[in-house]
Amino acid sequence: MTLAMRFVDEYRDADKARALAARIADLCEPGRDYKFMEVCGGHTHTIYKHGLEDYLPEAVTLVHGPGCPVCVIPMGRVDDAIHLAEQPDVIMTSFGDMMRVPGGNGSFFDATARGADIRMVYSPLDALRIARNNPDKRVIFMAIGFETTAPSTAMTVLRAQAEGLANFSVFCNHVTIIPAIKAILDSPDLRLDGFIGPGHVSTVIGCTPYEFIARDYGKPLVVAGFEPLDILQSVYMILRQLAENRSEVENQYSRVVPWEGNLKAIEAITTTMETRAYFEWRGLGFISHSALRMREGYAAYDAEHLFAVPGGRVADPKACQCGEVLKGVLKPWECKVFGTACTPETPIGTCMVSSEGACAAYYNFGRFSRERVKEATVRPQGARP
Amino acid sequence: MCLGIPGEIVEILPDRPDLATVDVSGVRRAINIGLLEDDLEPGDWILIHVGFALSKIDEDEARAALAFLESIGEAYDEEIAALRESMIEAEKG
Ligand code: SF4
Repeated sequence: MTLAMRFVDEYRDADKARALAARIADLCEPGRDYKFMEVCGGHTHTIYKHGLEDYLPEAVTLVHGPGCPVCVIPMGRVDDAIHLAEQPDVIMTSFGDMMRVPGGNGSFFDATARGADIRMVYSPLDALRIARNNPDKRVIFMAIGFETTAPSTAMTVLRAQAEGLANFSVFCNHVTIIPAIKAILDSPDLRLDGFIGPGHVSTVIGCTPYEFIARDYGKPLVVAGFEPLDILQSVYMILRQLAENRSEVENQYSRVVPWEGNLKAIEAITTTMETRAYFEWRGLGFISHSALRMREGYAAYDAEHLFAVPGGRVADPKACQCGEVLKGVLKPWECKVFGTACTPETPIGTCMVSSEGACAAYYNFGRFSRERVKEATVRPQGARP
Repeated sequence: MCLGIPGEIVEILPDRPDLATVDVSGVRRAINIGLLEDDLEPGDWILIHVGFALSKIDEDEARAALAFLESIGEAYDEEIAALRESMIEAEKG
């Protein structure tokens, strides 16, 4: 109640939000509980920032999905990247989010302290500039992210090729969202009633790749924007489908997301990259056809081809429950080390590193946490031993 | 990294039609517009991910998105700080 008030007070569209919340409540069948997964970390961020869960009727629970690219990079890949960074004459480049992600052998920051040359970049095109300016070095870009960042990596490789730049390569860790959603749908741990679909991934892949979710699994999916009202409206749209016994893909964010996606971006990806047979996701294990690697024709830009990559598997720390958090089985505050051993300064798991990670988002907006923790202990719904 | 940030096109670079100078919350940087089919011109708004425009948006959407991003604080500040460091296609130096 008080939390909801706080949200309403702060939010400029308070009246609209209040009206939507009432309509959402009207659509809930008495005695029925609803669980919707927001796939994208950006949505998780908005939900915690604005305390949206406290605003929804109690029958509606939002569970957080695997859509935080930094969160799903397995420890072994971090170690591989550090190994690459420590090769002679190598400059490793990476998005800032990646710097604190722990591997079995520390993070990029730790490797920098040991003498590796690892530089933060805003864009893969900045990594390309570093390659241009350091012709005697081998510059590797640590490529991470879903279909939102994969086109940028692809375009950068194409640019490197056009320029005939021989000292630039990509350590490709791009993952794709559809197989992850499918893995969650097939996992026995969780019963979901619908999905809030990722907004920005969908600007690239469009809405049709989600159709199997509605068709084969009978779950509604609504592609959503990032503002509180967008998310509330999407919840409303999912509930309306359920009330009308429909399961379809709908696009709440059509002002940005075209139904067919960005064809040029898809083309850039498919020109330079192909699907891997399988890829390990942190916490989720191996998922078939869930990641991208450079095509053979682009081997000259593929760090996995140019260098020997150890490819070791490192088990997640025992205390780490990121897998449960990424699958939506556990809420962040239900992890035993949340906020004690695991904080954004000393992350044990990846969900605490990126601001899109559920644990970090929850930790940073801790104004809600005390109430939540109390509630979780009083009402152990969904909590696991 | 995953935040899509809106920017306003200031100028399409004459010798590089795939690059535009874009104003993002007062920071002007080169952004790659090669993934958009639209004919873009100064005054158009785009949604940017890691140096690339992924979609064209209208001004109302851009302003709403900006107001929202400014409200989320730190994550957006970090993105703008990263953009500030960016020197896409500054050929040498
Ligand atoms: S609190 Fe830390 S270890 Fe636990 S799930 Fe979150 S990130 Fe992983």
